[in-house]
Amino acid sequence: MFVPHTQKDREAMLRTIGVSSLEQLFQDVPAAYRFPDLNLPPAMTEMEVQQELRSIAASNESMEDLVCFLGAGAYHHYIPSVVDAIIQRGEFLTAYTPYQPEVSQGTLQAIFDYQSLIATLTGMEVSNASHYDGSTAVAEAVSMAHANFRGKRSRIVVSPALHPHYRQNVRTFNRSELEIVGDADTIDPAQGPEALEDLIDQNTALVIVQYPDFFGRIYDYTQLAEKAHAAGALLAVAVNPLALGLLTPPGQFGADIVTGEGQPLGIPLSFGGPYLGIFATRLEYVRKMAGRLVGETVDNRGQRAYVLTLTAREQHIRREKATSNICTNQALIALAATVYLSMLGKHGLRQVSELCYHKAHYAARSIGALSGFSLWSAQPYFNEFVVRCPVPVEEINMRLLDEGILGGYDLGNDYPELANHMLIAVTEMNSRDDIDLLVDVLAEVSND
Amino acid sequence: MTEPLLCDLSAPGRVAMRFPEPDVPLAELPSLLREDLPLPELSEVDVVRHFTRLSKLNYSIDQGMYPLGSCTMKYNPKINEAMARLPGFALTHPLQPIETVQGNLLLMYELQEWLAEIGGFAGVTLQPAAGAQGELTGVLIIRVYHDARQDFKRTKILIPDSAHGTNPATSAMSGMQVVELKSDERGNVNLEALKSHCDETLAGLMLTNPNTLGLFDENVIEVCRLVHETGGLIYGDGANMNALLGVVRPGELGIDVMHYNLHKTFSTPHGGGGPGSGPVGVAAHLVDFLPYPVVDIIEEGDEELPPLFGLVRPKQSIGRVKSFHGQFGMMVRAYTYLRMHGPEGLRMIAEHAVLNANYLMHLLKGHYHLPYDRICMHEFVVEGQWDDAPDIHALDISKRMMDYNLHPPTNYFPLIVHEALMIEPTETESKQTLDRFVEVMLEIAREAHETPEVLKSAPHITPVGRLDEVKAAKELVLCCGVGSPSD
Repeated sequence: MFVPHTQKDREAMLRTIGVSSLEQLFQDVPAAYRFPDLNLPPAMTEMEVQQELRSIAASNESMEDLVCFLGAGAYHHYIPSVVDAIIQRGEFLTAYTPYQPEVSQGTLQAIFDYQSLIATLTGMEVSNASHYDGSTAVAEAVSMAHANFRGKRSRIVVSPALHPHYRQNVRTFNRSELEIVGDADTIDPAQGPEALEDLIDQNTALVIVQYPDFFGRIYDYTQLAEKAHAAGALLAVAVNPLALGLLTPPGQFGADIVTGEGQPLGIPLSFGGPYLGIFATRLEYVRKMAGRLVGETVDNRGQRAYVLTLTAREQHIRREKATSNICTNQALIALAATVYLSMLGKHGLRQVSELCYHKAHYAARSIGALSGFSLWSAQPYFNEFVVRCPVPVEEINMRLLDEGILGGYDLGNDYPELANHMLIAVTEMNSRDDIDLLVDVLAEVSND
Repeated sequence: MTEPLLCDLSAPGRVAMRFPEPDVPLAELPSLLREDLPLPELSEVDVVRHFTRLSKLNYSIDQGMYPLGSCTMKYNPKINEAMARLPGFALTHPLQPIETVQGNLLLMYELQEWLAEIGGFAGVTLQPAAGAQGELTGVLIIRVYHDARQDFKRTKILIPDSAHGTNPATSAMSGMQVVELKSDERGNVNLEALKSHCDETLAGLMLTNPNTLGLFDENVIEVCRLVHETGGLIYGDGANMNALLGVVRPGELGIDVMHYNLHKTFSTPHGGGGPGSGPVGVAAHLVDFLPYPVVDIIEEGDEELPPLFGLVRPKQSIGRVKSFHGQFGMMVRAYTYLRMHGPEGLRMIAEHAVLNANYLMHLLKGHYHLPYDRICMHEFVVEGQWDDAPDIHALDISKRMMDYNLHPPTNYFPLIVHEALMIEPTETESKQTLDRFVEVMLEIAREAHETPEVLKSAPHITPVGRLDEVKAAKELVLCCGVGSPSD
């Protein structure tokens, strides 16, 4: 427990205030409801709570025990030791949002470093200080595009190959104002981005695609960007930032907004969060962008310094006229990504993205050669690919689990026409032996 | 004094992190290959020193008192960090088969149950990523609730003028029409003003209680009754829940839906601005509208087998608000914290948070103008100005505090107090620390009258002085160009 008061302190303080008991401080609380008995487990010491939490954690099967081929938006990558050493520093961990820049230059400059790295990686001009995760970053892109046209364009064209959670999120936050098209159940997800072109009209505010897409495929979106721009609409590309170590950045396709799930950049899987929402755009849209932003300036001693800027966009100033209600972002997680990118740098990021690429291609070729299994798409891919399976994915995954392998994602969960299709992710963490073991078990399945 | 940027530290050819050579045959690289990747090139020593030096430019709770009103900057126990990093939690994938993550689901289920018990609610979602997202979730629940009853006229949300800026922003984002409610002279919701807005267009009222003046609304029961009578719902902003732990359950007062801030009340670290976590509790009539997924028992246990936990979708769910299951790592921290406190420990938190605030308020009264002189809850607001020190503003006081190695309180909020200084000490500060805080505040009050220029030019001992914020907004330097495409 973390209350430092001694009995003597308490008594002295109550005396100073002029009340005789702690209870008296709560006289404004309606008496009938005051001090309820809470039905909660009794307090534990640190030693006991550690045992308790260890035992709960031990009842999970984690990547300590399993070989992971599951991705679908969250990936098992190696995290350099430096990342956690830095983000555990109390100076970063226990600081608030840097509203007082004179005593927050550490956080501010680290965010500026983050903004610089993300702008470089995505090929965009400006990055904000982060959003919650990849899904809410896409929802913010929709709000920004809608606001950009002052609400006069209401159509949002969404690729069916955008992560299902991201699409669900966009719908939750835009209940009636927008017409969201492109990902209806009747549309074949196997189609490429050209299928979206016919949906873009003069009422379209935003076109959203993913890169690599949910199925791992990589497409050149240059033509889609041209079509969107010809209609006056914006293009948003949701990325896996790790893939940008290898692939052409969306800025070069003409993307107006690049969002992304930053988790692959040194963030542990942690059962889905906290992750990192990447958001970058062109300078001309900077005032429409939500989220915190750090800018460079000077102090009254002539030193270079950093400060939250363009705050007039934000809720604490504009209240109901704000572009977004966001206050907290993911500062500490953005710091982790900044440290990760600093550690890997120009050469390391390229190396790890190539490792993912080569290992995934080795796995795909081996699995594609098995009888009963085949690759679903001929499109180039990064580190994830879809396999048609001879039996339900759930069945295969149970077999794999017996061998200590966490199998791929069952696409039938989100796409009825893709029942028996598995989305397999491969990263630098998977050795050739791991991949060979996966292929062996799948071979047994196909021989049954 | 200035620390170079990463891009300025870069030296071509330097490498910090190496990975093993490929152990598989190489595939042909795709045609969509990037031409250059101008990220910095650094050694591990460069990286560690850069970020360590940066860290030393920050003030933090680990260093001292951080009395930011409305932010609940309490000490963040180290055990929480250790628990969230247990491989059994940190190395689990969100889409694993549920049979392999029963520990995670048990933890989430119990946390849902405990938060519901503490707040007096029938159901809780852990999905929202932060307080603001919890608010948005809550207001959407209110909207969808009315829509489900075919009651489409209800688009008006009442928000007291003392509310957090997120309240009006959230309501507007949810497609609601925002109407501001004046506070009365005791800082409570003005009942007459409220009555004049209670009609068939009323969707709900967003109530922060204790409010941002740190006052428990004496009319809360009546406010809830009036709004309910008209068919509206009450949203509770749970940002100030630290004052109410084990003291009162908001659900029992008539709050229909409320968010919690795990990063305030339940001590998960603020991290320089996130990650937070904003679970939402709802009364029984709103449980079916919670976002999906929520954790529930999908197969009851028996004498031999524990129950099977799974992820379920409430019948009339507003939808998904975040990918996967929310900020799970924050849940582990909050769970650890709750487990260490138990019911008596929670009440102790609230009692001492309120004791500390009243103690400070009492000692500052007379030196700083106190606009609402009542027993406060976990925080209070004073004015940072004096008639006989006309040049001094709240900002000057705040900046001067830094010279005494203290973090300033929240400035200029709530908006209804001139030159507001909003002070929230939290329960983890000792009497000695509070006495020192008061000593500094009284010294600054004296300086304000005798040597005001010392305040105007403060801070003096911080790594940087006051910043040119106009230049930052006008010239917009938002990133550093790293390298050039030709190298």
